[in-house]
Amino acid sequence: MNNGALVRLLGVHKVYRTGEMEVPAVCGVSLEIKRGEFVALMGASGSGKSTLMNILGCLDRPSSGHYLLDDADVSGLDRDQLADIRNRKIGFVFQNFNLLPRTSARENAELPLVYSAQHLSHAQLRERADRVLASVGLAGREDHHPSQLSGGQQQRVAIARALINDPEILLADEPTGNLDSRTSVEIMAVFQQLNERGITIIMVTHEQDIAAYAKRNVIMRDGLIRHDHLVTQRCDAQAQLQNGRDAAEPI
Amino acid sequence: MRIAPTFNVAYRALRRNKMRSVLTALGIIIGVGAVIAMVGIGNGAKAQVESQIASLGENVILIFSGSTTSSGIRTGWGGAGTLKIEDAEAIRREVPGVIGVSEEVVSTTQVAAGNQNWFTRIYGESADYFDIRQWPLADGVPFMAQDVRSANKVCVIGRTTATQIYGNENPIGQILRIKNVPFTILGVLTPKGLSPQGVDQDDIVVMPYTSAMKRVIGGTTLRNINVQIGEARQIEAAQQQIISLLRQRHNIRPGRDDDFTVRTQQEIAEAATATSRVMTVLLGAIAGVSLLVGGIGIMNIMLVSVTERTREIGVRMAVGARGNDILTQFLIEAVTLSSVGGVIGIICGIATSKILSIYAHWPTLISISSIAIAFLFAAAVGVFFGFYPARKAAALDPIEALRYE
Repeated sequence: MNNGALVRLLGVHKVYRTGEMEVPAVCGVSLEIKRGEFVALMGASGSGKSTLMNILGCLDRPSSGHYLLDDADVSGLDRDQLADIRNRKIGFVFQNFNLLPRTSARENAELPLVYSAQHLSHAQLRERADRVLASVGLAGREDHHPSQLSGGQQQRVAIARALINDPEILLADEPTGNLDSRTSVEIMAVFQQLNERGITIIMVTHEQDIAAYAKRNVIMRDGLIRHDHLVTQRCDAQAQLQNGRDAAEPI
Repeated sequence: MRIAPTFNVAYRALRRNKMRSVLTALGIIIGVGAVIAMVGIGNGAKAQVESQIASLGENVILIFSGSTTSSGIRTGWGGAGTLKIEDAEAIRREVPGVIGVSEEVVSTTQVAAGNQNWFTRIYGESADYFDIRQWPLADGVPFMAQDVRSANKVCVIGRTTATQIYGNENPIGQILRIKNVPFTILGVLTPKGLSPQGVDQDDIVVMPYTSAMKRVIGGTTLRNINVQIGEARQIEAAQQQIISLLRQRHNIRPGRDDDFTVRTQQEIAEAATATSRVMTVLLGAIAGVSLLVGGIGIMNIMLVSVTERTREIGVRMAVGARGNDILTQFLIEAVTLSSVGGVIGIICGIATSKILSIYAHWPTLISISSIAIAFLFAAAVGVFFGFYPARKAAALDPIEALRYE
């Protein structure tokens, strides 16, 4: 059974009921994602990619089919069990950051630990939050509130929050959707670094050039996977930033 | 359960919205404060009435001359002059269980000593009076049965009368002229303060009733007779016996009204405290309504808070908060608001009653039980009115909550 796949979707369907109508959003998707992959999940709006993302993130359950995360079937778990899975195995990054307002970067990053089964002291919480904030380049900004941070910095806080519990998967839903192109590249650089450190990343995006930073692109249409291919000409965000800076510098 | 960190989360959330938290708690502060102060005022009034009734003496039966309705003419207590000295002696002699009887006549007059004079009340009593009313002397000695028999020109005076006439001088042994009759002052009574009707009970001269009737007031009838019974269980029987004895002595035929009125201390106390008990309940109820309104304020704010923080709830759920964690968080927020408000309200309520008793001279009585009840009620208001919004928050779908704008 175990063939190294971290995520296995087997014939997953999702149907929404609006009154009498049944609206199919995902119509039988099977997908395997191995540890260490960096997948961009693409598709137009209404293609079912957000629904699939919600299922992958254990925010929603498939109507039928199975979802094996780390070899454990999570498709039949109840709300509380799903909450525990999300806490232990999944880190979320959202388009609009979703940081708690009027709350310091450190407290935002600590959030998943509050709901964690492990009991950490206040000092341990603080230490871990500061470490993970430093790893996304926010050392020295631990006490800043979201309103005092730029969009890119806010997204880094969100990434720090996603990473604090050492999740199996980082799920990013349009992580660059609210950022300008330069900041988007910075965030992609963070993602690529994390991925090189072995973190599996699944990222929803509709931008072709953002998808080019991933290793593998999965394209959906009408609730089905239409294309699934490895990225041949992969962009290196770090290199681009380097070149960009060189170009901007006066000769 | 992850209670400790959830407490922390709730505390941070309240701190993020300081103004709103303070205003919400204010509703509870005012509610609890009002309950404490109002019940304090009510209880204080009741306690004062009770202590004044108790100061009449223990197991006392009062017999007033005249009846409230006497052959169609309403004379008022003590008005008709139907009680004779012999009636009192008959009671002393014939009613079982009687341990003290004081014949009472009352008048007001000018008294003088040296170049001072003062208008005061003259009470003619028997030597039992001080025991019946449990009114010991602060200084000196009371008059004796012998003084009563001989109608001696002796008296004891109240504290107010003493200071008005003698200032800081010791009045004992001095001569007090009452209607130009010189009375020797034997003692000074301990201060009793104001009566329920607001009369200064220490503005008084007490002398043997024989002396009062012979030398000061004149007349041959008593205003009333104070009777003290040995044991509480004998009071009812004694009351009946006094009634039949006096009817017999006054030749009142069956079917005719009494020409006297008998009241036990118990009856007087019940009538007096009934009013203040009703007042306490009324005040408490009105204050309770304001506490209820405070609770609705909490629910209102918590509902707004849940709507406003829908995204936050979504994020918390996404990172692993269970429904119960969210429920607990919002419940703790509500209960924290209400119980912190409750504690501050208790302090405010106590302060208000202290201020009222110091500046307005209202008696107040804060009981531990009213504090405990008010606090528990406030906390319960938090749970009750916080539960609905908290459950609403906990039931949110994380996907919907994250998408909420």
